[in-house]
Amino acid sequence: MKQDIILAGVGGQGILSIAYVIDNAALADGLFFKQAEVHGMAQRGGAVQSHMRLSNEAIWSDLIPKGEADMILSVEPLEALRYFEYLRPGGIVVTSSTPYRNIPDYPDIDRVLDAVRQAPRCVVVDSEQLAREAGTVKAQNIVLLGAASGSLILKEASLLLTIDALFRGRGATILEANLKAFELGKKAALDA
Amino acid sequence: MSHQILLGDEAIALGAVHAGLSAGYSYPGTPASEIMEYLVRLAGETKAFTAVWSVNEKVAYEEALGASFAGKRALVSFKHVGLNVAADPFMNSAVTGANGGLLVVSADDPGMHSSQNEQDSRYYVQFAQIIAYEPSDHQEAYDMAREAFDVSERFGLPVLMRMVTRLAHSRSPVQTREPRGPNELKTGASKDWTLLPVNARRRFAMLLDRQPDMVRFSEGSQFNVLKLNESDRSLGVIASGVGYNYFREALKGEGALPSFLKISTYPLPEGLIRELVGHVDTVLVVEDGYPFIERQLKGLFGIAGKTVLGKLSGAFPATGELSPDIVRRALGRGPLPAVAASGLPLSGRPPQLCVGCPHADTFKALNKAREDYPGSNVFSDIGCYTLGALPPYNAVQTCVCMGASIGMARGASDVGLHPAISVIGDSTFAHSGITPLLGAACADTDMTVIVLDNATTAMTGGQPSCGTGERLLRIIEGVGVPKEHIRTIEPLPKNHEKNIQIIKEELDHRGLSVIVAVRECVQEQRKKRS
Repeated sequence: MKQDIILAGVGGQGILSIAYVIDNAALADGLFFKQAEVHGMAQRGGAVQSHMRLSNEAIWSDLIPKGEADMILSVEPLEALRYFEYLRPGGIVVTSSTPYRNIPDYPDIDRVLDAVRQAPRCVVVDSEQLAREAGTVKAQNIVLLGAASGSLILKEASLLLTIDALFRGRGATILEANLKAFELGKKAALDA
Repeated sequence: MSHQILLGDEAIALGAVHAGLSAGYSYPGTPASEIMEYLVRLAGETKAFTAVWSVNEKVAYEEALGASFAGKRALVSFKHVGLNVAADPFMNSAVTGANGGLLVVSADDPGMHSSQNEQDSRYYVQFAQIIAYEPSDHQEAYDMAREAFDVSERFGLPVLMRMVTRLAHSRSPVQTREPRGPNELKTGASKDWTLLPVNARRRFAMLLDRQPDMVRFSEGSQFNVLKLNESDRSLGVIASGVGYNYFREALKGEGALPSFLKISTYPLPEGLIRELVGHVDTVLVVEDGYPFIERQLKGLFGIAGKTVLGKLSGAFPATGELSPDIVRRALGRGPLPAVAASGLPLSGRPPQLCVGCPHADTFKALNKAREDYPGSNVFSDIGCYTLGALPPYNAVQTCVCMGASIGMARGASDVGLHPAISVIGDSTFAHSGITPLLGAACADTDMTVIVLDNATTAMTGGQPSCGTGERLLRIIEGVGVPKEHIRTIEPLPKNHEKNIQIIKEELDHRGLSVIVAVRECVQEQRKKRS
């Protein structure tokens, strides 16, 4: 049993928080994992990605070979497209439909979403709307994690425990908003 | 003991702490910063050791060496180019030797994710003629850091750990073990530490005499692993550090592996290499960074009857980071079936200055002020403000190494360029901008230095800066810059016109001026609010 996931988005969108939750859930579930991330210059509003590898056997490479990713989980639709060639045949793309326009030549969003839908399987959620509904627009990353949760090899209880641990220190309102963001994302994926 | 989720960098840090670390020193630099971030955090919690962000890498190295001379276990960490800054004490500490265990961590950046070059720290290891480790995974990073202190004390020499970005910034669980306590303080001094020629000659001869011991040590290292395939003599693989992972990844599930030698301890384990090479017809060398092993293996004339493949032969690209795909191809395995790349042209998304960044306002004012001086040049330095080289600012024209902007502006001014402008951040100024400014002040060089004081080391994540605020102004005055030409601006849109005026006045001045642009980094402000 293994699952290789490309986490994608723009620096500042909370990719590393998603990775943190998955890492800790994987440890709780007794899985091996390696998670390669981007620090430094690229974090300043640039494209960022994290290679997340989960397995019940020891893992060699920190990076996912092209064609081995089972999932692309992206907080931004254009960023989801950047890693298509990592996806195995039959792989799934879980992405937000909300564009992050910090570049002058951002393509037409309908064309971006059409291209996303070329994936073998895909789940597209309006993370901005759902995060707002949950109580904070900052929780888009957790909306996406919720949307992906049904396709992950991790126990949902382990994910929720880690979200709890991550946000408890920031006050009850933020914790509640993130737990709700997870639920709304999960529900949106089921309805999608 | 227990499993902890750690970055590769953090695994080294925790391994050092569990080896009885007394003091750690560093200057921030990607991909090494997280080593000291972790140590500072842990030291704050436990108060069991000292962890310091030093003013630069040379100073950090000397501080660690002093702690080692006092008998304690010390660590110094930096990015690969930081070892250039620290090269003087580094090279000489191989001659003085260490007293308490001394671990030097140098984090290379193959692929230049956040660096100016791809230099490979293993050449420094060979240059200094000491022992080094190159971990392939997190557990090794932890285990090697622990072992390195024992080995340093056994050989009486500093030991280097070569890290690469990919492992530095990857997370995985690490099994930790019972910590060891710190060393006792040792007073008194050895003659070995005074490198007068009489001592240096004796010590250098000793260092050379120890080389065969070091090779034997490397041959016996648990981290160097030789496995021969008795039924297949066609191919052998030598793989070092993370290259080993990509080799194993490419052939996973294939049954019998070709003969291989995993190298994670240096100097090169000559006996093991001879055994492998003797056993096979073709050797493929998989290493991230320069072709360090391949070049030595081939020498000038190659090995009679054998084929050596690697970066020099073209089996791998000569530049850039290794990847599982590149190694797969070099092993003759075709690409895995994959989804086709999206047909939509994908706009790049390069890093950029944050919304509201003070540097943006400084650059806008500087660009406007320079419109009247078509011959001017802006020598920049290393930090977030290097992004000012990109659109929409196109405001700076150089980025070479830490502190270089001031010296380069002076050189250009000396040969007639006017106005010669230097742009440097407060932390970079403290790192190595003070000495060139002192030289320029002695000569009253015709140039304008703009110090961007955002009160932090921003690019690497907001580490403290030693040269900010009032202290920064006093330093500038103290090195002899005329008081009337030390100007302060607050880079905000509302001050735009006023700031242009001040910059113009100082560009017109035919002597040395320093303009300090003072406004806190927006990321740091945000951290304080949350």
